[in-house]
Amino acid sequence: MEKFDVIVVGAGPSGNAAAYTLAKAGVNVLQLERGESPGTKNVQGAILYAHALEEIIPDFRDSAPLERHVAEQRMWMMDEASVCTGMTHRDARFSTPPYNRYTIIRARFDRWFSAKVKEAGALVICETTVSELLRDAQGRVVGVRTEREHGDILADCVILADGANALLGSRAGLRREIKAEDMALVAKEVLFLPKETIDARFNISGDEGVVIELAGNVTHGMVGTGFLYTNKDSISIGIGCMLGDMKRQTITPYQLLEGLKRHTAVRPLIEGAEMKEYSAHLIPEGGLKALPQLYGDGWLVVGDSAGFVNGIHREGSNLAMTSGRLAAESLVALKAAGKPFDARHLAEYKRRLDDSVIIADLKKYADVPDFLHNKPHILDVYPRLLGNAAHEMFMVDGQSKRAKQQKIYAELKSRRSLLGLLGDAYHFWRAFR
Amino acid sequence: MNAATELPTINVEEKLFQNRYRVDAGRPHIAVRNAEACLACDAKPCTVCCPAGCWRVEDGGKIDLVVDGCLECGTCRLVCDHDNVDWNYPRGGFGILFKFG
Repeated sequence: MEKFDVIVVGAGPSGNAAAYTLAKAGVNVLQLERGESPGTKNVQGAILYAHALEEIIPDFRDSAPLERHVAEQRMWMMDEASVCTGMTHRDARFSTPPYNRYTIIRARFDRWFSAKVKEAGALVICETTVSELLRDAQGRVVGVRTEREHGDILADCVILADGANALLGSRAGLRREIKAEDMALVAKEVLFLPKETIDARFNISGDEGVVIELAGNVTHGMVGTGFLYTNKDSISIGIGCMLGDMKRQTITPYQLLEGLKRHTAVRPLIEGAEMKEYSAHLIPEGGLKALPQLYGDGWLVVGDSAGFVNGIHREGSNLAMTSGRLAAESLVALKAAGKPFDARHLAEYKRRLDDSVIIADLKKYADVPDFLHNKPHILDVYPRLLGNAAHEMFMVDGQSKRAKQQKIYAELKSRRSLLGLLGDAYHFWRAFR
Repeated sequence: MNAATELPTINVEEKLFQNRYRVDAGRPHIAVRNAEACLACDAKPCTVCCPAGCWRVEDGGKIDLVVDGCLECGTCRLVCDHDNVDWNYPRGGFGILFKFG
């Protein structure tokens, strides 16, 4: 039976970061991917945060397939169909190289990243689904079983980069099963338009791009958000809600997405576009409290499979890449010191995670998932109140501004009691501080 | 509610038609473990939450599962309260092949 130092399962951002870092350090690494080619099973909005990738491939900008750099960020509070109140942040510093964030198309980006992994010296085998982990009599992970004939492969360590469903770890009993309440389901489309049309509609030029984050009643009372990102000659649009909410109602994901596309603030932006792909994906949004065991005898878990997502800041792929890098660097350091890849020594990975931005940010927002779960009206009542208040103040109709202010206050009180308001503000502060 | 908002009825097949698949004919990667349990399930959240409309209710409450359009998200497995979904990834190279992702 063949044996490697490390097997990486999955060729998404975390698996690629891990395999690349290991191969660069001269570790004998095998990476297995179930897709026809890397990227064909992967879905993301997608925003690439340069910083995490720079730490792995400093000159990535010279060759990576990037769509547009993010020049402008909009945050919109929406109702179901026709009201949108928002904020725009445009700052020329974001249009000064080196750029901080880019829109990307994952299938293209992942193929590029995988080519880098191969260049670095890793053996990458696609069209191979790993069905389970191999364990020895002591329960140590010693390799993987693939569905191919004679498909068992051994390794000193297996890195689980198998994505949000985390099947391998759950099936091996290395972690508890993921729960609907901790996962968001996102439905997405890629809509094509000529570059000039996108430039004109979004007030951008060259390789400037706009990202719009959408919150409020577009999710019909469910905890969730939407997004709209400009690529070179296409627009990525999607909407996601917590599965725990979604399973208790009757709107389908594609109805939600269609409702968003028909919203009066969105429709003119995508008018006449050609839809070329419809996708869906789960995102682990349970945060710090939902993190599984992250290492054990002969194994480490990284990326979505580990639940490294900061839902509030829409960060995931950067945390995936950073966790993949930290996992690889831990193994490289242990190997150099002649240490075995057992649980005691692999705790090094957890130490590096604890010192990183991943755990720091997840800690900061540890209470947010519970907060939103317990107070779903936050995403319903307040965007609506904000929209109505803006409408009242912008509508010039002969009423005094004081009368309008009183009307707004009356509506506020009718929707939330003073105590309710104070409670919301307090819990919001507690969860986000 | 400000405005009674009617969400459109969507034929999800028209969306899926844009996607690229390599169907593993005769080897569906998802299966119902026990059809009786689905008959007894009132909520049937799989039929609402599946983003590809793979899960449909037939007359009499029976579940009809066709996985050809599956997006491999894993939702059906998680929303089932009866642990009645036998869910696997397709064999290597089969299933959805995202062009953009």
